[in-house]
Amino acid sequence: MPIFLLATEEVDFNIHTIKEFTIFGVKFVFTNSMWNALCIAVAIVIFCIIAGRKIRRADPLKPQKGLVGILEMLVEMLDKTTVETMGPQNKNFSAFYGGMIIYIMVCNLSGLLLWFVPYPGRLTIDFMRPPTADLAVTLSLALITFFMTQGFGLKAKGLKGWLKGFTEPVAFLTPINLIGEVANPVSLSFRLMGNVLAGTIIMGLYYGMLPYLTYIITPALHFYFDVFAGLLQSYIFMMLSMIYVSGAME
Amino acid sequence: MAEYSMEQGTALILACSAIGAGCAMSAGIGPGVGQGFAAGKGAEAVGRQPAASGDIMRTMLLGCAVAETTGIYGLFIAIMLIFANPLVSRYLRIIGQ
Repeated sequence: MPIFLLATEEVDFNIHTIKEFTIFGVKFVFTNSMWNALCIAVAIVIFCIIAGRKIRRADPLKPQKGLVGILEMLVEMLDKTTVETMGPQNKNFSAFYGGMIIYIMVCNLSGLLLWFVPYPGRLTIDFMRPPTADLAVTLSLALITFFMTQGFGLKAKGLKGWLKGFTEPVAFLTPINLIGEVANPVSLSFRLMGNVLAGTIIMGLYYGMLPYLTYIITPALHFYFDVFAGLLQSYIFMMLSMIYVSGAME
Repeated sequence: MAEYSMEQGTALILACSAIGAGCAMSAGIGPGVGQGFAAGKGAEAVGRQPAASGDIMRTMLLGCAVAETTGIYGLFIAIMLIFANPLVSRYLRIIGQ
């Protein structure tokens, strides 16, 4: 990707290719964004294994304290949100959406974390570039929602009812309905990526162009873009995804 | 007709792309107005019915998120024009470089 920006050399918020390799004639690239996404996924899995072991050992008859108590509260909150949004018959979706929101939330907040970040030819300790600022990550999450929408719609309504849903309210509007279905994952993925990428670019410009003001301004920017916008966007992604899926099943 | 070099053509395209990116960001006006309107109506609704503030908050945030989409599209076009300009490679292909 050509870069047309000539500021100081420290302005750096792009995705770097670390390694290129070819499998069966198809070129694959491994980017630092993928490395960050992989590290976050592994960290979440390790945390979940530890937390699961603690929960299994906990006494179910007593009120819980500490980590188990906090997790219990969060799961109850998630179940309540799912029931309120998707209806009590779809309560089991809360497990899936819990995983989704935890992953997106940790990805959005990862701009605050220091971690080993590989650049071409060297490995440094740096602030992570949030993986959700990469369209590949958000589009894959949005495509999961898209296929879930169509799949559960097909399962709930049957083939005839599912196909009939596209011709409503009149058969004349079928192309517009199809475009509307395809626009859902596009708008979902662009919304999340645009918000996070805008924050990444603005903070990168501040880090590179105003080195003396960095210590004053960037904490506020980190709080707004990483914490506030990150948490809000992960919540909104989950809510919109829930609404699409439950809307297709009605 | 004067002859232009490849560098001059590329520079012209980059300059026009920068102006175009600025123009594309005027898409931020609409979401600003829309979100402000939604937030004002949300505040009105909470004032009228404080018991339903949770529901109102959720609906307002969702509406804001959907209203934001057009602004994000404008931002995306601006980012594309500045960091991943597709026009330069097309220009180079047209003049046969």
